[in-house]
Amino acid sequence: MFDELRDLYQEVILDHGKNPRNFGKPETYNRTARGDNPMCGDKINVYLTVDGNGIIQDLRFDGRGCAISQASASLMTEILRGKPAAEAEALFEYFHDVCTKDDDEQGVHENLDEDATDKLAVLSGVREFPMRVKCATLAWHTMKAALHGDPVTSTENSAF
Amino acid sequence: MSDTATLSPASLGNAPYDVERVRQDFPILTRLVHERKGRPGKPLVYLDNGASAQKPRQVIDAMSHLLEHDYANVHRGVHFLSQRATDLYEGTRDKVAAFLNAPSRENIVFTRNATEAFNLLAQSWGRRFLKAGDAVLISWMEHHANIVPWQLLRDQIGIEIKVVPVLDDGSLDMSAYAALLTDNVKLVSITHASNVLGTVNPAKRIAQLAHAKGIPVAFDGSQAAVHMPVDVQAIDADFYVFTGHKLYGPTGIGVLYGKMEHLNAMPPWQGGGDMISTVSFAHTTYREAPYRFEAGTPAIVEGIGLGAAIDYVTALGMDAIHAHEQRLLAYATGRLSEIEGVRIIGTAPDKAAIISFTMDGIHPHDIGTLLDSRGVAVRVGRHCAEPLMDRFGVGATARASFAAYNTEAEVDALVDAVLATKSFFG
Repeated sequence: MFDELRDLYQEVILDHGKNPRNFGKPETYNRTARGDNPMCGDKINVYLTVDGNGIIQDLRFDGRGCAISQASASLMTEILRGKPAAEAEALFEYFHDVCTKDDDEQGVHENLDEDATDKLAVLSGVREFPMRVKCATLAWHTMKAALHGDPVTSTENSAF
Repeated sequence: MSDTATLSPASLGNAPYDVERVRQDFPILTRLVHERKGRPGKPLVYLDNGASAQKPRQVIDAMSHLLEHDYANVHRGVHFLSQRATDLYEGTRDKVAAFLNAPSRENIVFTRNATEAFNLLAQSWGRRFLKAGDAVLISWMEHHANIVPWQLLRDQIGIEIKVVPVLDDGSLDMSAYAALLTDNVKLVSITHASNVLGTVNPAKRIAQLAHAKGIPVAFDGSQAAVHMPVDVQAIDADFYVFTGHKLYGPTGIGVLYGKMEHLNAMPPWQGGGDMISTVSFAHTTYREAPYRFEAGTPAIVEGIGLGAAIDYVTALGMDAIHAHEQRLLAYATGRLSEIEGVRIIGTAPDKAAIISFTMDGIHPHDIGTLLDSRGVAVRVGRHCAEPLMDRFGVGATARASFAAYNTEAEVDALVDAVLATKSFFG
């Protein structure tokens, strides 16, 4: 049953989708943004605490979305905690390639945390489902918007 | 018209509705989806008719026959083909008039789609007859096509938009409607059938109440006109809008019906060729309605395709289509209701064959992907009706919408896929 969907809905994704980690608005944070996906109605808020050295000390999210977008947000919060903001953006570039390009077409992504890239690979199944790529990247776009001080981002922005 | 377009649809005459014969008219229904190397495809179960319906052979043939034999520009040539194409294209105006039981062909304005018809209404009628402080009364169950054009007008001239609420079962709140018909309301613009809830609104009663206060009424028939017979004179609509592609016709062609007293009083909203009588740099005069609203070369092929679609549904019988779809609606509603965790949004007594639903703990987007993997095509999302989603406290729904060619076996396929989705995420 749904064998062909097992690449998309791996157990890790189902687990994070059902039980998202770091879910809920924290009492304190210093960066936040909201991401909208008007196509499906998903909305997500990302809350970051970035210290004076540019390290992401805390990272949480809330909002609603499909299993893919909730799992992606949940994985992101686990992966980026304790990482420098610059590395978060580099990981997003890697992740965007993973979600949209075949292995041999991806750009060069050096000096990335292998634990992080391994974890993100579980979402590579969205490649076969172009309509679902935005589900996987919504949280990351929102995180990036928060780092850049943009209060709202949308999957329908041309630069998305 | 063309030889091929006179092919009879499946269930002419008084024979019982033969859905298998109807299906044979739709070439796309035989295709498989998700074929991949080493894996057979799955039969298409197309339940996204509310977004756009598939096309019968008769429509496809009418359009390709036109392009191969009869094509030229319309309304302007003295040559043989131009006359031929004009006759065919204008023939659709007669067919639409008959389809809606309009008093005359001049009541029928061709537009690009239903959205454009509402924009025409707002920019032509609205700008001529509304002023700051006047209100347009819409409902909570409108498609964005009947919301945003009025918001544009609001921002341009300062009108107010009032909204009739929706009851928990998805019915229009008629007592609130009556109370909202206040002195500053100058137009009621409400959907005849909801694209999300399926609710069929009491059009005749809506018009009666508004007319008692001298207020004209526009209906969005995008869903209603494809599911049931519509008689614009019986409901006494001042305006009635529908679109071709949901009625088994092509994209790019829609209709605005208007009473002549309104159309004749409305100024053009787009300028150009075909809509003028005389042009000089100092002064231009416009043609009479409906032509003054149709600037530029129209959607000739699509217009003629719409005519073939109307021939098709008329031969099947809108009553017969309605009865068939109502059987499917009742069957699907019953079966889906039996599934624990499935919530049907919209349970009004009078519904078109549209079922929006949610599943506990499963996002509609995931439902859509899992159903699709089994060949079942449904719409998921907000259905261009974001305020209505908020009203029912859902971010999105999955929607199965039925057409003349759907079967009980396809309802079973939908239900099986929903059950499998539930256990996948269970």
